Amino acid sequence: MSSRDVVLARVRRALADVPRGEGPGDVPVPRDYLRTHGSRTAEERVALLAENLAEYRAVVHHCAEDDVHMLVMRLLNEHGTQHVLVPPGLDPWWMAAADPVRIHDRAASTARELDTVDSVVTGCAVAIAETGTIVLDGSPDQGRRRISLIPDHHICVVRVPDQVVDSVPQALERLDPARPLTWISGPSATSDIELDRVEGVHGPRKLEVVLLSE
Amino acid sequence: MSGTYLGMPAFPTAAASSTQDGRLRANLRYATHTIRDKRAKAVAELDDWARLRAAGAAVKDRTLRHLDHYLEQLEEAVTAAGGQVHWAADAAEANAIVARLVRETGEREVVKVKSMATQETGLNRTLAEAGISAYETDLAELIVQLGDDLPSHILVPAIHRNRGEIRDIFREQMGRWGRAAPEGLSDAPGELAEAARLHLREKFLNAKVGISGANFMVAETGTLVVVESEGNGRMCLTLPETLISVVGIEKIVPTWQDLEIFLQLLPRSSTAERMNPYTSMWTGTTDGDGPRTFHLVLLDNGRTDTLADTVGRQALRCIRCSACLNVCPVYERAGGHAYGSAYPGPIGAILTPQLRGTASELDASLPYASSLCGACYEVCPVAIDIPEVLVHLRERVVQGGKVTRRGVKTVLKPAKGHAAERAAMRAAGFAFDHPGVLRAGQRLAGRTRRLHPRRLPGPGHAWSDTRDLPPVPAESFRDWWRRTRGEEQGK
Repeated sequence: MSSRDVVLARVRRALADVPRGEGPGDVPVPRDYLRTHGSRTAEERVALLAENLAEYRAVVHHCAEDDVHMLVMRLLNEHGTQHVLVPPGLDPWWMAAADPVRIHDRAASTARELDTVDSVVTGCAVAIAETGTIVLDGSPDQGRRRISLIPDHHICVVRVPDQVVDSVPQALERLDPARPLTWISGPSATSDIELDRVEGVHGPRKLEVVLLSE
Repeated sequence: MSGTYLGMPAFPTAAASSTQDGRLRANLRYATHTIRDKRAKAVAELDDWARLRAAGAAVKDRTLRHLDHYLEQLEEAVTAAGGQVHWAADAAEANAIVARLVRETGEREVVKVKSMATQETGLNRTLAEAGISAYETDLAELIVQLGDDLPSHILVPAIHRNRGEIRDIFREQMGRWGRAAPEGLSDAPGELAEAARLHLREKFLNAKVGISGANFMVAETGTLVVVESEGNGRMCLTLPETLISVVGIEKIVPTWQDLEIFLQLLPRSSTAERMNPYTSMWTGTTDGDGPRTFHLVLLDNGRTDTLADTVGRQALRCIRCSACLNVCPVYERAGGHAYGSAYPGPIGAILTPQLRGTASELDASLPYASSLCGACYEVCPVAIDIPEVLVHLRERVVQGGKVTRRGVKTVLKPAKGHAAERAAMRAAGFAFDHPGVLRAGQRLAGRTRRLHPRRLPGPGHAWSDTRDLPPVPAESFRDWWRRTRGEEQGK
């Protein structure tokens, strides 16, 4: 008997008290919890996102489409970036004024190569106002999971208000579980030493979120 | 500490020494009070918290009552997405599977995401015996590993260490495992975290094999979810070529939509945040992104035995948030090591004796490691009635009864050392059934109160060693009632 059979047989014996006719769907799950906490206009939703991101020590910038290339250039220069990672599908306009050398994320590049890069610029799949979270799903403007992880500086561009939802339930509805997903709420942090919060243990220590009005 | 739970003393003995440790108690008191206050605020932000909690409990109950169905569904979904599923009936089998999978890659080093399941199975020891070095990459787990210590908290494993102790451990031990601590390292948390960053980065960049657990597995889609703060999890989950995840069979949620409940309950209950900094979700393997090979090891190791107990089953709802530890007056004073298992605190007191059985003195003592104050039940995001299970397990320890061990139904004998308790309870039961006996006993006790010792003689001394005997009043309540209100009642 394989261990699979052993474990499944144990499970079935353990559940002798469950009536034979009961199906999984017969166990009621009350879903009377809220889909969103409060109702907001699109503007208020974006404002709440900005507030919660800032509380988690992400740096938030507001920007119009016409100026985004200048903002990205300034942020990269301020960080002293010489090499910047660019996912293949990133809007070229965003990087139109940037000086640093672009490094393109290829499956063949090693983690060690990526470790020499200073910054990364990505789009996002969805942002959640109530929790201050941005979600990346590996689409061409976001790239592989590792590129938003290894460089110390991440600039994430969120198209507002289209990409912003109120809540976690609304975000899950928009996401495809078949894709690799990364949810990011503020920069990397630890509270393991006397519960003192320290930013940046392994992931980017600086997260800048550009709220791009369309 | 010797880095192992084996042969640890029973809870009262371990707690008797840890409660004398002033520094430990100060560290613990500060930490637990800070988190519990923050948690209360984070929870108060959501006015549907009670409904989320009820939904979370219901989803887990649905999963547990039909676990066979969901396990098969999960296996199918993970396999369809390019993963390989392995089943482990116990800790030894899980460890052997992981050691074999690592050996098959030809690698001798692995990086690990903090995982309760592999802590429970003692995986690192097995890997070491197989000549494989396993590096813990969570900052607190790193502190514990470098200090040849054991975790003392589910969420903050090094909660018992303060900054000075951590600096000393880093200075003395980092060099043995890899990149040494920087010269002149101070005890500032920022500097300590930076030292860990540098030390671990070389491990991440070279790692070919990663080992993790998972917070959730979605049966419907085959998706695994890991929540974390530091990014070490993301490093281990995405940089290596091979990823091996060891996950308890109870960690399933049925549908993608169910995550909306738990991704609200877990962060607020554990770190008291609206959302933890990083959550990774992956479904099998993805071409060109992350590991090329993904193994999922489904772990039983006593979970099916726990499932067989209709009262104790609810312990399997646990999502390892650690809220119950942070409010527990017993945990706060005794510390995590006294519980002698990967799962300390109130949840450990009900989970460990069910996973391991109550045969050892330590495991039989755990259901007593509580004041039954109920604070743990109040804060539990999946509404596990921990006091109910504690009392149920106490009854099992004292009276014995039917249990399932390793899938086989057996009858447990009453534990030794509880004979006096059983006799006392039988006597009390008799007295309560016979009011005349009770009245006579109470009057006798009241009249002889000046002669009562402060400690109980004979087998009772074990009880009074750790408790003060309550003073007996001169008059029983029943006598007082009769004297003062008896006449009214008669009218």
